[in-house]
Order: sequence, then structure tokens, then C-alpha cells
Amino acid sequence: MDNKEKQILVTLISLILIFACYSLYVYNKYIADNFNIVNDFRFWGKTFLILIPVTIVSQIVIHIVFAIMNKIVTNEDLPTLSDERDKLIDLKAIRISHWIFTGGFLLWMVSQVIGMPPYAMFITLIVSGFFSGIVSEIAKIYFYRKGF
Amino acid sequence: MSKCYINNNIRKLRFNTDEMTQQELADKTGVTRQTIIAIENGKYSPTLELAFRIAHVFNSPLDEVFSFNSEDDSEITITKR
Repeated sequence: MDNKEKQILVTLISLILIFACYSLYVYNKYIADNFNIVNDFRFWGKTFLILIPVTIVSQIVIHIVFAIMNKIVTNEDLPTLSDERDKLIDLKAIRISHWIFTGGFLLWMVSQVIGMPPYAMFITLIVSGFFSGIVSEIAKIYFYRKGF
Repeated sequence: MSKCYINNNIRKLRFNTDEMTQQELADKTGVTRQTIIAIENGKYSPTLELAFRIAHVFNSPLDEVFSFNSEDDSEITITKR
């Protein structure tokens, strides 16, 4: 496994960890005691807005720690160069993730048409956003390994 | 996955150029070593610009470095309007 694939794997694992920890935190702090809060749009707005910087900062910290550990263990620097193939792989992965997020968006509309509660819409959006991120990273690993 | 129709002689040319390493070729062409590996293994078709850069490093014409696999011509269909 080359350094680029390792970086993608770290992103993938950190995405899962951050999402799982944040979801558990939100559930235990807000939803467990008062389930009715899920019908409050302000709660979901706050949840979304906090999730974005938490994800960005955590990703940066995890990647810095990984770069330091990688340097200590392998004595190699992580690649900072992004060439034409990297950009093409990024674009292909982004296209796939956009399709998945669009699927989630359609599911959200379906959930409202069949009369599901409003909080189902927010859960659908968060979950589809999460899955689109995960699939995007998996697609990158696939393209790096198999070629195209 | 689309099939790669471009063959190349990069490995042979590297060997003939003082056994140039993949990393050296990557540095000279401004791409990563992984991209050179992918091109050599036929897993990635480079852009025209990168193909010219690779040929320039070996001081060879483009068709000496890359060739089109004409046996697979029959599989390619071009639709004309």
C-alpha cells in the first residue's frame, strides 16, 4: 500500500470515527433525555453547523498525527504533489459521491411524500452525506488500485 | 472499467537510459511515482502533455515511447451523426 492509499485509508477511518463519536455525543447529550427535540429545526441546524467544523478540525489533527507517525516509522514524507492522475481520481470519486448524495436528497423527498416525520429528512441528509463521503474514499482506493 | 489501448516502452527506455528509476522519471516529468507505475503497467493512459514530457526525457519521438494497440481497433465504434 503506497502513501497515497494510506492517506485515503486514514481519511476513511477518521470519517467513520468522527461521525460515530459525534452522533453518540449528540444522542447522549440531547436526544436520550428529550426525544421531542428531534422535531425542533433549530436543533438540527445547530447539529449540522457544529458537525462541519468538528469534522474539518478533527481531520486536520488526525492527518498531522498520521504524517508525524508515518515519518517516525517509515522515515518517508507523505506526498504533497497532486498530479493529473490524482486530480482525475478525485473528480471521479466526487462524481460518485454526488450521485449518492443526490440519491439521499431524493429519499428525503420520498420520506416527506409518504408522510414521515420532519426529522426523517434531517437524518436522511446526514446519513447520505456520511455515506457519500465514505463511498468517495472507497472509490479513490479502488481507482488507485485497479487503474482506469 | 475501460480497456487501455495504449502500449508503452517506458520500462525498456528507462533501462537504456542509465537504468533510470521510476522516481527519477517521476521527478523529471512532474508526476508521482505511482503515476509512472500505473502508466508502465497499462493501468492509466497519460494526457498528451505528460506523454510528450516522458518522450522528451528519453529524447525519443512520441511513437517510440507509446503505441496504439491496433488489434483492438475492431472494438472501438465511432458514431457519426
